[in-house]
Amino acid sequence: MAPATDRLHPRHIGWLVLALIMVAAPHVERVAWWITLLAATLLAWRLYITYYALHLPRKWLLLLIAAGGLGGIYITYGRIFGRDAGIALLVIMLALKLLEMSTLRDAMILIFVCYFLVITNFLYSQSIPTALYMLCAVWIVTATMIGFQFHGRQPGYRYQLRSAGTLLAQSAPLMLVLFVLFPRVQGPIWSLPQDAYAGITGLSDKMAPGSVSSLILSDAIAFRVSFDAQIPPANRLYWRGPVMWDFDGYTWTAPRFPYMVQREYQALDEPVEYTVTVEPHSRRWLFALDLPSRLPPGSTMSNDYQLFYQTAVNNRVRYDMASHLSYRDNAELGRREHRRALALPGNTNPRASGLASQMRKAAPDERAYIAAVLGMFRNQNFYYTTTPPLLPRENSVDEFLFSTRAGFCEHYASSFAVLMRAAGIPARIVTGYQGGELNTVGNYLTVRQADAHAWVEVWLKDDGWVRVDPTAAVSPARVEAGVAAAVPHAEELPFLLRGEYAWLRRARMTWDSVANSWNQAVLGYTQDRQRQLMRRVGIDDATWKSLATIMLVATGAITLVLALLMLHKLRASRPDPVSAAYSRFCERLARRGVARHPSEGPDAFRKRATTARPELASSINSISALYIRLRYGEAAHATDALQLKREVSGFSP
Amino acid sequence: MLLALKNRFAGWLFQLRGAEAGSIELVQRRIFILPSRHGMIYVAALLLMLTGSVNYNLSLGFVLTFLLAALGVNSILHTFRNLARLRVSPGRVQRVYAGDHAHFTLAIDNPGALDRFSVGATRDGKVAIFTDVPARQATIISVAVPAPHRGILRAGRLTLFTRYPLGLCYAWAYVEPDVSCLVYPRPEAGHVPLPLPAPHAGQGIAHGSGQEDFSGLRSYHPGDSPRHIAWKAAARGQGLLTKQFSGRADTELWLDWQATPATLGVEGRLSRLASWVIDAHAAGLSFGLRLPGVILPPAPGNAQHDRCLEALALYQPG
Repeated sequence: MAPATDRLHPRHIGWLVLALIMVAAPHVERVAWWITLLAATLLAWRLYITYYALHLPRKWLLLLIAAGGLGGIYITYGRIFGRDAGIALLVIMLALKLLEMSTLRDAMILIFVCYFLVITNFLYSQSIPTALYMLCAVWIVTATMIGFQFHGRQPGYRYQLRSAGTLLAQSAPLMLVLFVLFPRVQGPIWSLPQDAYAGITGLSDKMAPGSVSSLILSDAIAFRVSFDAQIPPANRLYWRGPVMWDFDGYTWTAPRFPYMVQREYQALDEPVEYTVTVEPHSRRWLFALDLPSRLPPGSTMSNDYQLFYQTAVNNRVRYDMASHLSYRDNAELGRREHRRALALPGNTNPRASGLASQMRKAAPDERAYIAAVLGMFRNQNFYYTTTPPLLPRENSVDEFLFSTRAGFCEHYASSFAVLMRAAGIPARIVTGYQGGELNTVGNYLTVRQADAHAWVEVWLKDDGWVRVDPTAAVSPARVEAGVAAAVPHAEELPFLLRGEYAWLRRARMTWDSVANSWNQAVLGYTQDRQRQLMRRVGIDDATWKSLATIMLVATGAITLVLALLMLHKLRASRPDPVSAAYSRFCERLARRGVARHPSEGPDAFRKRATTARPELASSINSISALYIRLRYGEAAHATDALQLKREVSGFSP
Repeated sequence: MLLALKNRFAGWLFQLRGAEAGSIELVQRRIFILPSRHGMIYVAALLLMLTGSVNYNLSLGFVLTFLLAALGVNSILHTFRNLARLRVSPGRVQRVYAGDHAHFTLAIDNPGALDRFSVGATRDGKVAIFTDVPARQATIISVAVPAPHRGILRAGRLTLFTRYPLGLCYAWAYVEPDVSCLVYPRPEAGHVPLPLPAPHAGQGIAHGSGQEDFSGLRSYHPGDSPRHIAWKAAARGQGLLTKQFSGRADTELWLDWQATPATLGVEGRLSRLASWVIDAHAAGLSFGLRLPGVILPPAPGNAQHDRCLEALALYQPG
């Protein structure tokens, strides 16, 4: 028995600090170093105060620290709100609150903020390891909350963890129902902070020497593709991304306002059907094989066959696609496009221009000229490397063509396009991805940032836009077998892109396959997928009303089942064998007129019974002695219970 | 009118049925459950998390929000279960003096196979005590109830409640065990000397004293004190009989209502008598009590002490 108290037990503080560390730890790599330091100091301070039972710091001191933290955050992030600054602020304020509070009521509020901090971690990562870690964090936070409910004697940490685990495990079925059936709304409801999707790598709408090769070091997945039938050969897997028309002598830029009139082309083969799941990259592009023959829902195609999604791809988007790998482009080219595809900045790269006009004169036609330029790349000592020497901003193409001669795909694409334009052939740069790695476990293709590529399209009078990949001329292996095969071993490549260890590759594929399933089933479960799922079970037009009804019914059913399972334990439990045997003995005596009173102890009853029925004295004494020893004695043997049972069975007055 | 209606509604809703004798089982319909204040905040936090998840399209945010929502629903069952099917039986109550707290003991018995934690009991909703009730065991709690006035204090309606395990729900049950506590008048503060014992043969002075026990009747001899004549027997026509008292003392201590100044008022006079009873008992004296309408003949011992104080506690003036 204990009186009610609202004071915090030192153990509560320990648990709270642990919970806070659990939920805030993943933020350490993202917030500024001084925030980690400050938060850690505050937590250590609180533990110190608790351990030595000191007074809490004065309010004005805490206010001062809070003001300092606020100022520091403003200086570091340039704002108070927004994603990163907001989280930094939350962590600091939470640690300060811990130094200020002393009641259970406040502690409960801290628990809720801890739960909220868990969700902030998902803004950065929703991978399986993050999910597992956060599950542990929620477990600890819940165990902390359970500890608060004990008044007086505190339970062991094992008990707290076990109860929290049970509670969470019992909540899983209902969670699943809510997750599947809760009517999904497509976000965002209000505009997001500007930095909501910062730090996502991917292609950009600009291409300068070095911009694609910087992606080569990233293992990050760009998108995954599963084909309905045969996967086309690697050298035909050109995943089309941003198309760049404008060149300033160093950087290629995609049009800011793409011409959104769809261009016709003539398909020369059956379409390849596949499904793409693209990772968020905070741009509007969707990727498809050259050339897309169908539009994913909610997207449009520009005149240069580029797919644009309705919004920036800030969440995983999954779409069914079909493409024609062999095609003939419409031969028309508008005057403005024609001019744009020939434009070169004046007075730059003079040597390249000279080379172009010289080679063009030597070639009988445009095709021969293209072949000659490719031949130059192939036959002269041009190198394909992921670590090209830096090029100057001035005359970078001249520098590459005549002196460094070592480059990555963007160097070749850029100089090739310049040579084409200089010779009067309209040319443009297409960036995207090339190839992809077959995941043999899940039988799909994984395309990583490291597969980023750039190639050229030239416009020929009879054929329209035709793809030319100058990189393939220098390093056919790049296109046939991927980057790993194309670069010398000494060069730096993402660990995973190297294929030296078969088992490692295998493990990685299995892991990626699991991650893909996770992405599809859990992270990719959106409004559309919910509708699809409902259609599959026969609910054709699932409105939010019908979903809510099903959800409520299912919730009720699950809660009822859980209640029945849980409340079942409450009944007066079946007595243990010893009690059962003794009550049988009492019943038999009662039938012979010696009933035990409810308040009568076994020994008192024994005395009365032996007096009343002296002829049964020996068995009554023996049974009572056994029972008393089993119930109250210290030295009861395991065989005593059996002995009691046997004697009671044989007891028939 | 409105208040009466409200009371009747509450009586119907909460199944209030007056005091119940014996042990009370907290069956399902006796237990009520609502979100606690923290539960409300929890719900608000979940709504916030849900909007955040929708806005940022966080699938794992949905997972977490729904997990916590399910946890909340689950905790309703757990909190309910923590109280359900407990048996409450009233225990002994120590008599107290007015102004003290009466401690009503309750045995909370848990016949089931599930440990119960942090079961609270309160009478006024402000002060509560908590206890754990392990499986197949009973624990005794004692609820302090202020006893401002002498007389019989009923235990009244007690609230058994719990917020275990998460503190998000508040489950409670009203129990009104049929127990009461006798509240003695508060003894007068400060030392008030006992009245002087009157000689045995006191000449009819009402507030005398005596130390003897009644032992029987004998026939009347002239000279016997008229106070010792058994008038009741005489009224029945049995002739004059004299009450005989054994004992060696020749004085009897009478604690008499009349001996207390009327200026003290009824309660004040009772307080003085109570402090006399305590003092006399502490001194090991034999004493009697005379109240209007009540006469307790002199006797020593605990039983007399209790008897006298009980008479004082239950005294109805006028």
